[in-house]
Amino acid sequence: MSEEIEGTKTNEETVVNDQNDMDDKVISPEKVEEAKLKARYPNLGHKPGGSDLLRKRLTKGQKYFDSGDYNMAKAKVKNKLLPATTSEKSGGGEITGDHIPTPQDLPQRKPSLVASKLAG
Amino acid sequence: MAGAGGGSNDVQWCFSQVKGAIDDDVAEADIISTVEFNHSGELLATGDKGGRVVIFQQEIENKSQPQCRSEYNVYSTFQSHEPEFDYLKSLEIEEKINKIRWLPQKNAAQFLLSTNDKTIKLWKISERDKRPEGYNLKEEDGRFIDPNTVTALRVPVFRPMDLMVEASPRRVFANAHTYHINSISINSDHETYLSADDLRINLWHQEITDRSFNIVDIKPANMEELTEVITAAEFHPHQCNTFVYSSSKGTIRLCDMRESALCDKHSKLFEEPEDPSNRSFFSEIISSISDVKFSHNGRYMMTRDYLSVKIWDLNMESRPVETYQVHEYLRSKLCSLYENDCIFDKFECCWNGNDSVVMTGSYNNFFRMFDRGQRRDVTLEASRESSKPRQVLKPRKVCAGGKRKKDEISVDSLDFNKKILHTAWHPQDNIIAVATTNNLYIFQDKVN
Repeated sequence: MSEEIEGTKTNEETVVNDQNDMDDKVISPEKVEEAKLKARYPNLGHKPGGSDLLRKRLTKGQKYFDSGDYNMAKAKVKNKLLPATTSEKSGGGEITGDHIPTPQDLPQRKPSLVASKLAG
Repeated sequence: MAGAGGGSNDVQWCFSQVKGAIDDDVAEADIISTVEFNHSGELLATGDKGGRVVIFQQEIENKSQPQCRSEYNVYSTFQSHEPEFDYLKSLEIEEKINKIRWLPQKNAAQFLLSTNDKTIKLWKISERDKRPEGYNLKEEDGRFIDPNTVTALRVPVFRPMDLMVEASPRRVFANAHTYHINSISINSDHETYLSADDLRINLWHQEITDRSFNIVDIKPANMEELTEVITAAEFHPHQCNTFVYSSSKGTIRLCDMRESALCDKHSKLFEEPEDPSNRSFFSEIISSISDVKFSHNGRYMMTRDYLSVKIWDLNMESRPVETYQVHEYLRSKLCSLYENDCIFDKFECCWNGNDSVVMTGSYNNFFRMFDRGQRRDVTLEASRESSKPRQVLKPRKVCAGGKRKKDEISVDSLDFNKKILHTAWHPQDNIIAVATTNNLYIFQDKVN
């Protein structure tokens, strides 16, 4: 008996919710999208345009440990010259901080000029 | 509407040229980051993520005919910026060229300002078509002649040579920005220019590199209180005392440098009132202005936010006089656009020469034009498929929902990796430059 009543209650709630959803869809697709986002990321902060987002924007860019780390990463990306020791240790994953650089490892100061393909 | 290409007087846009590699594997360095015509439209500059600048020059096929086909060919290319390392913060400073702005031409040489996140450089591009020949102490190939073997003297003369275009850095304006430079703008006084980063705007003299004046500073004392950042700034085209800057909250402030040395207090604040009941998580993000451009006549300014282009009358701060929807169908996709970061894409916008049409880019390599007078708009596509010489561009249509008609493309089929962020319009003629990820398309008005 009580189950039936509860069942009825739920049905009523569902009907009301559907009404609201429909209104939302009619009024604001943005709110529907917001609901989707909150469902996927329940811990999302309530100040979307606030400090966190802005501060992330202010400090864009990859952080390196130091300039040696940076130069080694650049060398790997540009020249694809990997000292034998590195490939053994790193296992092909990390591109920074896997061994102490020696003068032979560091790239030339100015990278070779590669012309833009627009000028080709 | 189906036949016309859009734009005033039924302009029909035709493919003219495409620059760049065809292959789909795009190297990061080749991503185009800025496009700008010079004041005459004869030169077209592009900057890329690899710090390189390529300048194209217009070569008119038949100068005697009033309506003639013109082609842009490579004029000069150089490495403007290189990657650097900020030792204090252990962060990389990208060499990506954020903006290029041409200086008005004063002599035979051309000058432009190019900037990355931290450093602005003044480049001189000059032509050399003569060279001295007949030195007494040097051979033509540069080897030195033994003075003891010289029996007679001659006067060196200038002889014509193949045109050589040289680019040389004349000034380097460094160390004035803690945050990332998003805009540079040259003043109509032909002496100064401004550079804007996320929180500050500096005023420079074109000749002086060791000093700049800070004219706007919106950094709060406590960074926790940060609520908005500067997204773009521009000088008024004629009034050398006036500039505007836009914010991530969708406002534009107009400042008068005559009022005070530090222009933290605006003269005008342009803001469209928002309906609070419509506010959502995304509202502020999509209201962030990614570009602001004055009209050529200096009476209006245009702003671009994520979904629309707005035209503002400088005399009315309360709301824009015109609003154009660029891709309203994306409003119901904001959740996924937030997840893939596309919601943070910064689209630019531009005016045509007589301020009657405005243009901006979108996704799927689509770009949009809005004819203000005729109240018409058109969507066109920059693609290799429509790249036959002088091929007229066919208008495109995106189907927002429901039944998709033939030739329409549905929102879910749009390629969000193909974004047109940078476009430029020739200052006088109907010639436009549209940058896809790594290609530059040039379209022209159909010539009979």
